[in-house]
Amino acid sequence: MSEPIVLKYKVTDGEFQHVGEASSSVKKELRALGVSPDALRRISVAMYEGEVNMVIHANGGTITVEITPQQVKMILDDVGPGIPDLEKAMQAGWSTAPDEIRNLGFGAGMGLPNMKANTDTMEIDTRVGEGTRITMTVNL
Amino acid sequence: MTQRDVAKLLNARFLEASEDYDREAVNFCGADMMSEALAFSHENTTLLTGLCNQQVIRTAEMLDVHAIIFVRGKQPTPEMLEMAKEKDIVVMSTCETMYNACGKIYHATHKGE
Ligand SMILES: Nc1ncnc2c1ncn2[C@@H]1O[C@H](COP(=O)(O)OP(=O)(O)OP(=O)(O)O)[C@@H](O)[C@H]1O
Ligand SMILES: [Mg+2]
Repeated sequence: MSEPIVLKYKVTDGEFQHVGEASSSVKKELRALGVSPDALRRISVAMYEGEVNMVIHANGGTITVEITPQQVKMILDDVGPGIPDLEKAMQAGWSTAPDEIRNLGFGAGMGLPNMKANTDTMEIDTRVGEGTRITMTVNL
Repeated sequence: MTQRDVAKLLNARFLEASEDYDREAVNFCGADMMSEALAFSHENTTLLTGLCNQQVIRTAEMLDVHAIIFVRGKQPTPEMLEMAKEKDIVVMSTCETMYNACGKIYHATHKGE
């Protein structure tokens, strides 16, 4: 079997305007590889929500995408504050985002549950004060 | 209903982006919060929003949104329009409020039900 295609992105905590560039780039690559529109949309939504979270909650991080003919795996790593109460964070509507983030259109507390809904598997490994790693897969 | 019909209904102006105005408007979603749009919109969506920043275009790109309608006369920046054009997204602006715009579209798409 052929080796997986691996894409790596650095997500910087810069201008909010640029958030989503990694997700956009992955979408383009996957479309070129012939991934179905439905899977493409689910991968894009999940990854974009994760990318936004990295910027608004964790000062950026790195995203690694591994592509095989069977599956797309997304690994989102940050060295942010971690998530103290994961059960709460997974609830729709629960958010610690400040008003200035809400004014930008985020902070509804929908991201994590939506990432789970759009992927086939999602694992969160988070440590307070150390960071968060979210691994998601979508079957092709 | 095509995007042209939608524009007429809302007295909206097409802005300089995709010119695919005869594309059928299938589903609609009204949201000011992008993570709500990301969670609740279906395929082939036309997105109505009062939010006006670059992330609206990004969100639309991720969702494969066909068209964006900015309500309350919001005017996107040239950068936003450039990105929308690149992603083949139709963009229009209406002076209607979110409530009125959604109401008019709902009425037009649910006739005879
Ligand atoms: N990478 C992360 N690092 C630290 N905390 C996080 C991270 N991702 C999420 N969180 C925490 O989990 C909460 C819920 O995240 P979720 O993405 O569901 O909602 P949100 O980002 O607050 O709002 P939305 O996603 O609707 O814009 C966040 O408010 C934040 O407290
Ligand atoms: Mg979020």
